[in-house]
Amino acid sequence: MTLPSEPIIQVRDLDFYYGTVRALKSVNVDIPGKQATAFIGPSGCGKTTLLRCLNRMNDLVSNVSIKGSVKLDGRDIYDAGTDVIDLRRRVGMIFQKWNPFPKSIYENVVYGLRIVGINNRSRLDEVVENNLKRAALWDEVKDNLHKSASDLSGGQQQRLCIARALAVEPEVLLMDEPCSALDPISTAKIEELIHELKHTFTIVIVTHNMQQAARVSDVTAFFYLGELIEFGETGRIFTNPEKRQTEDYITGRFG
Amino acid sequence: MERNQSSRDNKTARRKFYDRTFAMLGLLATFIGLITLFALMIDLATDGAGRLSRQFLLSFPSRFPEQAGILSAWVGTTLVMLVTALTAVPLGVAAGVYLEEYAPKNWLTALIEINIANLAGVPSIVYGLMALGLFVYQLRLGHSILTAGLTLALLILPIVIVATREAIRAVPGIMREAAYALGATKWQMVKDHVLPYSTGGILTGVIIALSRAIGETAPLITIGALTFIAFLPDSPVKPEFPFISFDWLMSPFTVMPIQMFNWVSRPQEEFHLNAAATGLVLMVMTLAMNALAIYLRYRFRKRIRW
Repeated sequence: MTLPSEPIIQVRDLDFYYGTVRALKSVNVDIPGKQATAFIGPSGCGKTTLLRCLNRMNDLVSNVSIKGSVKLDGRDIYDAGTDVIDLRRRVGMIFQKWNPFPKSIYENVVYGLRIVGINNRSRLDEVVENNLKRAALWDEVKDNLHKSASDLSGGQQQRLCIARALAVEPEVLLMDEPCSALDPISTAKIEELIHELKHTFTIVIVTHNMQQAARVSDVTAFFYLGELIEFGETGRIFTNPEKRQTEDYITGRFG
Repeated sequence: MERNQSSRDNKTARRKFYDRTFAMLGLLATFIGLITLFALMIDLATDGAGRLSRQFLLSFPSRFPEQAGILSAWVGTTLVMLVTALTAVPLGVAAGVYLEEYAPKNWLTALIEINIANLAGVPSIVYGLMALGLFVYQLRLGHSILTAGLTLALLILPIVIVATREAIRAVPGIMREAAYALGATKWQMVKDHVLPYSTGGILTGVIIALSRAIGETAPLITIGALTFIAFLPDSPVKPEFPFISFDWLMSPFTVMPIQMFNWVSRPQEEFHLNAAATGLVLMVMTLAMNALAIYLRYRFRKRIRW
């Protein structure tokens, strides 16, 4: 298929095992730059596993093995020479369950800068304001920047996590079901945000919600039992799928 | 039909009876522990409270029971505890963090874990024997405060390690992932998140461990603590440069439980009263430490909400 833009991430023949269980089977997929890509499929299909391969978050899980390659800007992130710390700054991540640190809103946003030794007050102030604005949270919290992040509502906490991830200026933002625990209004805010952010960042979103995939993404990949079944432009996948399994899934016949 | 109904009522009544019986038995069991503890404290207080005075706290032991005091004992206990805490806390916390966050999950780690759990159950006198061989004879540290502090530190090390691991394990995994996803190194993740969020739990474990160490007698007698001591260790603070001295570490010492033991084993009734008063002071110190543990846990838990 032709992508709407040059691929920034190229996944080639990727196999992933939890112990002896093969969770991904020879997956090949290209993630277009500055676009939103959705991974859809029923539970256990490997979409989250694949997402976590893209910033090597799976390294933290014991007893897993991986084969194949994932190239970011043409360089394999699984090469021995890859600096995982640096990779994770280029490929940020938002989790299913919001996880702000039990610190102030301000300290949450600047954490990614503090760990690389940036402590200049005016620089940090600027980063906080810019990124809270980018995450559409500034107006709600600008008077309470030094209050605890745990006092925010769930939707606000998730947007704070987005601001925190954006503050390190990643190239790619991975989102693992970012709205699955949120109410419809908070979900709408985050979807709106994704529309804005994809002009600046490459977004990969895993979602259970097919309407959400249809609304926010430019390209969609459908997975089933660890295999990539179909990959293409979102409008086409949802109106005119080529594969029978894709059609059955998006029309709600299973899943 | 009616017979069925009445037999069911009977069974229900019987089940309820068992339920109430167990509740009563449980209450009784709880009270046996509580009442014993209270009786002990009241007994100590009636015997010893009369002897408690400024003079008792500020005097050295003496042949004359009414002139005797526990100055050298409580100073000894305090200094030994200081050495114990300063040794056991860094070692125990570091070991706990390593085992929980860094250690690969393999048979060697599993072996170390089993050993630590077992070490917590080794009788304290065995630690005393080991310390006698290692610290006194091999390293020639003498029958000193340093030897005593190190011995008790080894004794409570397993407790500190286990408490640290439990506290660390209570930090949600998603906090670790959040830090890693921003490009934090493992050490940054530990120092910025895991340790600050588990401080309350770690402190609680440390204080519980110290309040166990404060009452230990057997290992200290084994390493040769004195039972009668009429002088204080060298002062750690000096009026002239460099103002700090570590000579006190090598000083002979006694501690409160040993002082008690010494007085109880004398024939004169008056000395027994002194022992009760010492026990009272020891009890107050232990309860104060436990209260501090509860307060710290409350303070830190209140600050951390996920």
